[in-house]
Amino acid sequence: MLRRRYLLQLLVRKGVSTRYRNSALGWGWSYVKPLTQYFIYYFVMGIVLGRSRGIDNFAVYLLAGIIMVNLFNEAFSNATKSIVDNKALVKKIYLPREMFPIAAVIVAFVHFLPQVVVLVLVSVLTGWTPSLLEIGAILLGALLVVLLASGLGLIFGAVNVSFRDAQNLVEIIRLFATWASPVLYSWVNIAHVMPDWLTRIYMMNPLTSAIELFHYGFWFSTSDGRLQPPPHLLQYSLIGLVIALVVTAIGQLVFRKFERRFAQDL
Amino acid sequence: MDTTKNRPSIIVEHVQKTFLLRHAHSFKEAFISKVKKKKISSSFQALKDIDFVVNEGESVAILGYNGSGKSTLLKLISGVLEPDKGRILTRGRVAGLIEVGAGFHPDLSGRENVYLNAAILGMSKKEIDERFDDIVAFSEIEDFIDSEVKHYSSGMFLRLAFSVAIHVELDILLVDEILSVGDAPFREKCRKKIRELVDEGKTMVVVSHDTGTVRDLCDRGIVIRKGEMVFDGPVEDAITALKGK
Repeated sequence: MLRRRYLLQLLVRKGVSTRYRNSALGWGWSYVKPLTQYFIYYFVMGIVLGRSRGIDNFAVYLLAGIIMVNLFNEAFSNATKSIVDNKALVKKIYLPREMFPIAAVIVAFVHFLPQVVVLVLVSVLTGWTPSLLEIGAILLGALLVVLLASGLGLIFGAVNVSFRDAQNLVEIIRLFATWASPVLYSWVNIAHVMPDWLTRIYMMNPLTSAIELFHYGFWFSTSDGRLQPPPHLLQYSLIGLVIALVVTAIGQLVFRKFERRFAQDL
Repeated sequence: MDTTKNRPSIIVEHVQKTFLLRHAHSFKEAFISKVKKKKISSSFQALKDIDFVVNEGESVAILGYNGSGKSTLLKLISGVLEPDKGRILTRGRVAGLIEVGAGFHPDLSGRENVYLNAAILGMSKKEIDERFDDIVAFSEIEDFIDSEVKHYSSGMFLRLAFSVAIHVELDILLVDEILSVGDAPFREKCRKKIRELVDEGKTMVVVSHDTGTVRDLCDRGIVIRKGEMVFDGPVEDAITALKGK
């Protein structure tokens, strides 16, 4: 994998540069799509359903959560489809096949950066001055998401070769990812309606910690402080990190096992 | 005795390859078949107990009619497929002129595609930089190298793809029925280039049923019929064996 770093670099460049070929807006779409989604959520959840009550500076809160979930969804589903999309190569030329899901995750990450720029701008406008601790939280959050998406992407990408059902399962997981993490509401809402043990499981979801870390990084210091970060965020983040690492390790194993049959099953 | 002549380059040891033809392509189908106790797959033996050694510098033809398993064998040597039984060992870098152009992306320029494909075939940036001019010169499409590949004619596309593949640094060259690339002069050029590689002492395995090419390029022939190796010896005799049942 390391030996073929140059190839990985070219695959990523190809993914990035061919993504918006033949479209007038080009990379503008990386802003337009999430922003549209954002305004819909903002209007429906924040204004119509009044979810923003109790969450000061809801605009930043929502944006931080959404771009994080988008990164996960994007990376996860790209990685899942990567092997099947590169069918021609996988069938004919021998090269480390992990390249494809990994490149897909990196492309999603590159795609995520302009959204972070928007988030930073909005946060600065609402009075954000980053501290070291906040930046650490942001980096840890992004790391959690990338690891989890890579691990799951490896598993589903490998399974997708023989069973295209995986793609549809991924859609469902994406839906869950958006709603089963504190993006559109706060963790307090969840803690109110769920029994203690279920809340604990909810908090162990690496995505939950990642999003809360992002909230802590970008949003908390700009709010009035009434909505505190969830208790034991650091512990839960570390648990999340362990889970994400385990998932990545399982992903590697599953991928290795299935890899041998890729060329004939595609 | 010349020691380099007897250094094995490819060892194929009692190799078997069975294809499972799956009839289920979704969890649902797999599950229903399981409940109904229907077979979800049937098997097809593509190669049976193939066993041979190719020494360094040898050029070997694998001969056989369609469906005999010769392309499967080539894919096994290249590492794309793995054998079910037995093993295959290769020494050095293996490069295949198998379906050239598989990694080309129509929306990228010729130049970008050269870099991408050479990297896919295992070259480093430095090596590609060094050979880039040769690659382009060989393909004879200098004027179009910076336009997108989707605007190329099919001949130009194949010439560029072939040119990338042939310039890869390699020790073992695998060739699959691709000497039908481009027009007659370009074909002649390819053949000459391959000859050159053979003369440099590279190991080569050619899969073909075109006896003309084979006679020209190879010294040794292996005949495969319905997955079984039926002959291994000088190329002339192999061709006779192939034709004379």
